[in-house]
Amino acid sequence: MASTAAPPGAVGKSPPRPDGPAKVTGATRYVDDLALPGMWHGATVRCPYPAARLLRLDPAPALAADPEVVVLTARDLPGPNVIQLIADDWPVLAAERVNHACEPVALVAAPTRARALAAAARVVVEAEELPAVLTLDEALRGDPRAGGQQPLVLAACTVERGDVEAGLAGADLIIEGSYETGHQEHIYIETHGAIGIWHGEEAGLEVIGSLQCPYYVHKALVRLFGLPPERVRVRQAPTGGGFGGKEDFPNVICAHAALLSRRCGRPVKIVYDRHEDIIATTKRHPSRVRHRTGVRRDGTLVAQDIEVLLDGGAYVTLSPVVLSRAVLHAGGPYRCPNVRIRGRVLATNTPPNGAFRGFGAPQTQFAAERHMDRIARALGLDPLAIRERNAYRPGDVTPTGQRLDASTNALECLRAAAERTRFRERWRAIERERARGRPDDGQPWQGIGLALVWHGSGFTGDGERRLGARAGVRLLPGGRLEVLAASTDFGQGTSAVFCQLVADAAGVPLEQVQVHEPDTAAVPDSGPTVASRTVMIVGGVLQRAAAQLRARLLAFAAERAGLKAERLRLVGGQVLDPQDRVVASFAELADAYLAAGGEASWIAQHQPPPEIRFDEKTYQGTAYPAYGWCCDVVEVRVDPDTLAVRPERVTIAADVGRAIHPVLCAGQLEGGTLQALAWGYLEEIKLERGRYLNDRLQTYIIPTVLDTPDMETILIENPTPASPSGAKGVGELPMDCGAPAIVAAIENATGIAVHALPASPERLLEARRAGQVVQPQHAGA
Amino acid sequence: MQEAIAVSDTVRFTVNGEPRCWQGEPMARLLDVLRYELGLTGTKEGCGEGECGACTVLLDGEPVCACLVPMLQCEGRAVQTIEGLGGADRLEPVQRAFVEAGGVQCGACTPGLVLTAWALLQREPRPDRARMREALAGNLCRCTGYERILRALEHTIAARQGGGAPAAGTGEATP
Ligand code: FES
Ligand code: FES
Repeated sequence: MASTAAPPGAVGKSPPRPDGPAKVTGATRYVDDLALPGMWHGATVRCPYPAARLLRLDPAPALAADPEVVVLTARDLPGPNVIQLIADDWPVLAAERVNHACEPVALVAAPTRARALAAAARVVVEAEELPAVLTLDEALRGDPRAGGQQPLVLAACTVERGDVEAGLAGADLIIEGSYETGHQEHIYIETHGAIGIWHGEEAGLEVIGSLQCPYYVHKALVRLFGLPPERVRVRQAPTGGGFGGKEDFPNVICAHAALLSRRCGRPVKIVYDRHEDIIATTKRHPSRVRHRTGVRRDGTLVAQDIEVLLDGGAYVTLSPVVLSRAVLHAGGPYRCPNVRIRGRVLATNTPPNGAFRGFGAPQTQFAAERHMDRIARALGLDPLAIRERNAYRPGDVTPTGQRLDASTNALECLRAAAERTRFRERWRAIERERARGRPDDGQPWQGIGLALVWHGSGFTGDGERRLGARAGVRLLPGGRLEVLAASTDFGQGTSAVFCQLVADAAGVPLEQVQVHEPDTAAVPDSGPTVASRTVMIVGGVLQRAAAQLRARLLAFAAERAGLKAERLRLVGGQVLDPQDRVVASFAELADAYLAAGGEASWIAQHQPPPEIRFDEKTYQGTAYPAYGWCCDVVEVRVDPDTLAVRPERVTIAADVGRAIHPVLCAGQLEGGTLQALAWGYLEEIKLERGRYLNDRLQTYIIPTVLDTPDMETILIENPTPASPSGAKGVGELPMDCGAPAIVAAIENATGIAVHALPASPERLLEARRAGQVVQPQHAGA
Repeated sequence: MQEAIAVSDTVRFTVNGEPRCWQGEPMARLLDVLRYELGLTGTKEGCGEGECGACTVLLDGEPVCACLVPMLQCEGRAVQTIEGLGGADRLEPVQRAFVEAGGVQCGACTPGLVLTAWALLQREPRPDRARMREALAGNLCRCTGYERILRALEHTIAARQGGGAPAAGTGEATP
C-alpha cells in the first residue's frame, strides 16, 4: 500500500493550521484565561508628567484602605534597575527621574484585579514637573538631558556609496521633498499580559507571557533577579497578535509580574486593559525624512541624498536596530550610483517607541515612494514608467555594496500588479478626467495608485552570525516528531509551516509532526521571532536537523536489515528499499531505535555562508541575506465634499521566494497590507503634553471589515538561495507598501499631494489649503 | 422588602442551554461572569467598551457585546457562547471554513467572529459580501485583513449549496 504512495510532500500546500480547531472553538487559553491556584493580580502606578523629579511615593493610603495589598517600588528590586535590551537606560520602575508620561513608578498586588487597581489609585505620587521635550522639532532645538543645547541622540548611522555631491552636480534636475509619519499603535486584539510564578530561591522563577521572544525575557529576568539561567524559565502562552509590539515590551511586564510574585510568594498576573495598553506600551517611531535627488531627464536616478530622523521617545529600546533597517531601506528598491543616507534617532519625553512590523522601513519607504511620484510628475512620467526605469535588477548593487542575486523581482512584482489592474491606462484616464474638470455632481472620485518596495529578510548585517540560532527535532515513540524551537506563533502560522518543513525534510507524513510550546526550559535559543526571519532562518535550521534525524534512522534501519544505508529511502513514513519495498514503517523503526537507546534529539545551528559579511563601521557588505519585493495597486473612492477616503480594492503582487503554505502566506500579506493602508489614511495618535490623547478603541480607530477593500494576492515564487526552502520573509514586507500606495491613489483621485500621514480628511483639506496640489498629467510619457 | 432585593439580585438565565441561577451585583458585566465565574474563557475582552467584538456572545440568538451587558439584562434569556457551538471534533461548517480558508490567525478575535458569522448564516442563507460586511462590522480583526474571513463565509455557503441540505451542527459539508 505505502510503496505505491508517491509522497506528495507537505510544502507548497495549505493544510489546516494545527492550532485552528482550538481557536475556532474558544478552547485556546491565552494569559488572561489562565487561573493558577492562589494567584493574585497586579496593577501599575504611573506618574502623569512627561518629565519630572520624583519626590515621594507613599503607599500608606493604599495600605490603610486595604492592608492585605502589597506595594513595591524601585527600592525593592533584587538587581539592577534596568530593562535589558540594547542600552541600559530603561528602568524597571522610575526611581528619581521620570522621562515620559505614564511611566511606571510602583507596582501593586492584591487578591483580585479590582482591589489591585483600587490600591494603585491610592498610592501617592509626588513629583516636581520638569521641562520636557515633546516633538522632533523641540528635540532638535536641544534636550535638557543632553545639556540643553543639542538633541539627545539615541542612535545614528550613515550609508554612503559613490559621490553624492558630484552626482547632484551632474544631474539634469534636483528634486527635494520632506515627508512625515506619526505614531502607530499595534492593536493586537489580545492586550499585554504575564503571570509571574516565584518558586523560591532554589527552584527559581517561571513566567508565562503573551510574547514574541522568550529568550529576550529570559535574559532580562536572569539579570534583574541575579539568578543562574537554568533557574529562570519563560514560557509563551498562545499569543493574540504581536506585530512587533510583543518583542520589546514583554521584558517590562514580565519583570513586573515576576517582581510582584517574588514579593508575594504566590503567582501574580498582570493584564493590561486596552486603555493601559495604549498609554503604556511602545509604538511605531514617528519619522521625518528629507530627500534631495538628482535625476536625468529620462528619469534615471543619479544621486540620492537622504536624511532620516526618528522620534525614539524616552529610552533607547530597540531604536538603533530600527534606525539601521530604516536607513538601509531608505533609498527604496531603486538603483542609484551615488547615495548618502544619514539617520538619527532623537530622544523625546514621550513613551518609548519600539518594534513594529517593518521596523523603520515603512517610514522611510513611505518617503521614498512619495518622492518617486514627485520626481515622476516633475518629469512628466507616469508612476509605472519611473519605477520601471529605476527598479533593481539582478546584478545591481545596493548602497552597501551588496550585489543583488537572481531572486530580485522588483520588476516582476511591478508588472504583475500593473497588468492585473490595467494600471497605466486607468491612472492616465483619471489624470485626463481631472484635467478636463469633473462635474460637480457629488459622485465619488475614483483614484488608483501604486507603490513598490523591498524588505530584507532576517537580521541586519552580521546579526544572524552573532546569534547562531539553534533549533531541533526530537523523536518520540510511535515515530512522532516534535519541533524544538523558541520561535513563537502569534498568529502568523509559524507552527503550521515548521511542521510542513520538518515533515518533508524527515520524510514523514505531516500528521506525525507537532511543535513543542516555546519554553526556555525545553527548547534551544532560536533567536527572537522578529525581522521576518522565522521561516527562512529557523525553518532552514529545522530542515537540517530533520535531515540529520532521517539519515541517522536510515543508517539504523540499514544496520538492522543488513543493507547499505544509501540504498534505503524514507518516504511518507515508510522505509523503502531500492525496489520500493517497505523495509519498515517509520513508527516501528523509531520505537526500535529509541529502545536501543539511540539519541532522541537533533539540534542544528544556523551558519551563514562565509561570504556573507557586513561591516557595521562602514555600513558596507551584505545587509540582508535575501530581499522580498512587493507592489501594491490600490483603488480608492474619495468623497468630493468630505474628502473621506474609501479603499475599494487592493492588488498585492509579492515575491516571497517560495510559499511554504500559500494560504498563510497570503494571510500575512493581506493582514499587513490592511495595517499599512490604515496607517496611511486612518490611524493617528494625537498627543497633548506628551500623553496619548486617543487612548482607547473608541478614539484610536482601526479598520472594520466595512472599511476594508477586497484584496487579491499574487504570489510570485522565485526561490532565494539564502534558505534551503527558498522562502523569504513575508511578515513585514506588506507593511512597507500600503501607505504610499493609498496616498498615491488619493493623489490621482483628488490632485492633493499628501506628504504627512495619515491622509485623513482634515489633513487632505489642510494640504489643499496649503497649495499641495499637483497638476494633472494629460500627455504622459 | 427583603424579598424584593433578593429577587433583583438573582438572575435566572441559560448558558449554552443549561439553566443558571446567578446571584451578585446586578450591574456586573456578563463578560466577567462568563469568564471568571463560569470559566467560559472562549469569550475574550479586547476593549471593554463595545468597540472590538472580541466579547461577542449570542443573547437570544442575537450577537451582543458581553462587555456592555449587565447581568440584570440577562434575566430569563438565553446566552450562547463559543463553547456552545461545535467542539474541536464536531466543528460547525463555518468553524471549519474559518480554519481552512485562513480566517484564523492569532485567534483573539475568532470566537466573536465565528459566533457573529454563525448567527448571520442561521438567519440568512446566502448573504452577499456587502451584507457580510455589514453583519461583521462590529468585530475587529487586526491580523487577517478580513479577506479570508469573508472567503470562509463564502465557502460555507457554497458548500451548503453544493452539499444539498445544510449540515446543521454536524460539520461535514466543506468544499
Ligand atoms: S471587549 Fe466587548 S467589544 Fe471589545
Ligand atoms: S486573527 Fe488575530 S485579531 Fe483576528
